Amino acid sequence: MAHERETDQVSGVETTGHEWDGIKELDNPLPRWWLWSFWAGVGVAVVLWVLMPAWPGITGYTRGVLHQSDRGDVARDLAALTAQRGAEAVKLQSASLEQIEHDPELQNYALQVGQSVFGDNCATCHGQGGVGSKGYANLRDDVWLWGGTLEDIQHTITVGVRSGHEGARTSQMPAFGRDQMLKVGEIRDLTEYVVRLSGRQADRAAAARAAPIFAAQCAACHGADGKGNQTLGAPNLTDSEWLYGADRASIEGQIYNGRGGVMPSWQGRLSPETIKAMAVYVHTNAGGR
Amino acid sequence: MVTVIDNTQGDNTHSERSAAGPVSAAARMRRKKDGGGGLYKPRAPIYPKLAHGRWRSIKWALLLLTLGVYYVTPWIRWDRPGRLPDQAVLVDFTGRRFYFFDIQLWPQEVYFFTGLLVMAALALFLTTSLFGRLWCGYACPQTIWTDLFIAVERFFEGDRNQRMRLDAAPMSFDKLWRKAGKHLTWLAIAFGTGGAWIFYFHDAPTLIRNFWIGQAPMTAYVSCAVLTGTTYLFAGWMREQVCIYMCPWPRIQGAMLDQHSLQVTYRRDRGEPRGAHKKGQDWAGRGDCVDCGQCVAVCPMGIDIRDGAQMECINCGLCIDACDDIMGKLDRPKGLIAYDTDAAVAARSCGERPRYPLIRSRTVYYGAALTVVSALTLWGLVTRSQIELHVIRDRNPTFVRMHDGAIRDGYTLKIANRSFEDQRFEVTFDGVRRARVWRPGEESDGLSVVVPADEVLAVRVFVSAPAEAVSAPSMPARFVVRSPALTADAKTVFLSGAANP
Repeated sequence: MAHERETDQVSGVETTGHEWDGIKELDNPLPRWWLWSFWAGVGVAVVLWVLMPAWPGITGYTRGVLHQSDRGDVARDLAALTAQRGAEAVKLQSASLEQIEHDPELQNYALQVGQSVFGDNCATCHGQGGVGSKGYANLRDDVWLWGGTLEDIQHTITVGVRSGHEGARTSQMPAFGRDQMLKVGEIRDLTEYVVRLSGRQADRAAAARAAPIFAAQCAACHGADGKGNQTLGAPNLTDSEWLYGADRASIEGQIYNGRGGVMPSWQGRLSPETIKAMAVYVHTNAGGR
Repeated sequence: MVTVIDNTQGDNTHSERSAAGPVSAAARMRRKKDGGGGLYKPRAPIYPKLAHGRWRSIKWALLLLTLGVYYVTPWIRWDRPGRLPDQAVLVDFTGRRFYFFDIQLWPQEVYFFTGLLVMAALALFLTTSLFGRLWCGYACPQTIWTDLFIAVERFFEGDRNQRMRLDAAPMSFDKLWRKAGKHLTWLAIAFGTGGAWIFYFHDAPTLIRNFWIGQAPMTAYVSCAVLTGTTYLFAGWMREQVCIYMCPWPRIQGAMLDQHSLQVTYRRDRGEPRGAHKKGQDWAGRGDCVDCGQCVAVCPMGIDIRDGAQMECINCGLCIDACDDIMGKLDRPKGLIAYDTDAAVAARSCGERPRYPLIRSRTVYYGAALTVVSALTLWGLVTRSQIELHVIRDRNPTFVRMHDGAIRDGYTLKIANRSFEDQRFEVTFDGVRRARVWRPGEESDGLSVVVPADEVLAVRVFVSAPAEAVSAPSMPARFVVRSPALTADAKTVFLSGAANP
């Protein structure tokens, strides 16, 4: 370094020759213990090479005498978790649905399982919050097509709806328009009748014209009073809940086309105790009535 | 207002002396460097001589007091109800509670610690601006333990001169047992230090038993080992280097000091010109400093206080004791080195009366800030509730419409019961007419839950309101939980998407 050697008057220490706004840097040496801490760090590194996985090789790496492995830790934790869940799962298998709902610990476990399984399997159609959408049932409210008791829900999940499962819940709403069972005018009248059933303003004359049609064509499933029938999956037409839409066009379209959705059977894909947990989850989140 | 303290005035800068006698470690370092230096600076050994006097006595007393507090505190028992630990001061990480006598804090209340730390920092600022580095000289653990370790060293190896001779002497049996005894005692104290630390985190009587039979948690052994190591290294080997190289405080405290801050000060106005003094010689025309070097000999930081205020000086006052001793023997007034201010020294040099104003802008600011923060923290602590309620509203779905147009919202209530008894709370919901609060799966109307003592209970509830009661898409509402003794409430909203037609 080509600079004039200069010694600071106050401290008696030589400067480095660097100067900022009149402030000069003193050339103080590092304390010796600093060097020791450096060598101590090197020593620790050598110890770690021996203890821990360290050096890469061609086909692998040095494992270290402690055989530490993060992947191994995760596998061990997972195994422990599975073992722990096993006990809960066995309890879940033997408990009745009512027992589960009255055992806070087991209920909590069922709800946790149910929530994650619902997200993976059911949310695609029913939505993450379970409120459904047009054509997909709302699982949070108090309206059930196929029954809302724990057993009903468990059975629906097990066999599905129009799923091809031999015990599947099946019913068929006829396509009155497409299959030319009713004339367009009759369907229009019937629509007014149904709107009137749900307590809304409707064309009284049209509704009156449709009364005998309803009695002949619809009452068998939906009931003479239109309150539906859960064993047939026939919806209640007198409430405010409409699977395929509440407005006249939607109702008319449904009478014309007679749509019926499909829900797969989860038997085989989900274990019986998982389905049990699902039933508890759905039932509880619908209010548990 | 800035006063530049120029310590370079006069001829006796750095007190480099050719005469035999104590020379500060810093001065010896400078000489060594002049003779070659090198990339790394070895530590110049310091052999502090035992001082006697007022400040040394205060330091012994504080050493006993602070170490006593440190070692005894975890063993104090304190009656608490139920399953709660009976240790007066306990940081319970596994149970997630902090116990301090009658105060019990939850992790959610960590802001009390923030308040405490801010108070500690402000108190440190205030004391420093008033009385200088009292913390460094009297209360800092580094100073306390170093003092203790030097006392042990003195016990085995004798005072300053004997220690210097022993270090210079070749190895012998005498040197070996003295050194071994010193280091073993140091290690024992260090182990005791690390050992005492872990008792703050577990039930002390249980832990001390488990510790020796190998049943204590690994963290206890590791903490104990680390603290044993650092105590032994820092108090035995590193000593003043911790203050000079590692601690940020000496570098920061310059911002708190001004010319009216009390510091250990060599009163150069009275001491200079210094020089040897023979018995019977007249004191006229010369300073009181006889250049005996006792202030340097007792300094644990290895500096010469006569060089003026220095970053290394921890203001421990031992040089005051040493100098007073000499002044007494010479029949001169004490206080050639004393707690004094730079302004006072400057005033006396000009023949003026020194002033010691305690009320200055910085002390007022620090004092005001300290008062405000202490008051807020104390107020928070005194008025803290034993119960806390948090409401987490369901976000998906935000609401559900029933077959009859009624609306149902879901909420999770988190009720923290900080009291020491189980509490049965009645849960009510205000804000929507005829709203009903219920738990999924429960048929009964009205909701009452039992929250166990010292626990948080999460309760999922539904609130149903009939169609005609719902007047707006979002209605402000409030949950109230009420037990005979405690009440808490929390605001929320009742969502319904749209006003009913």
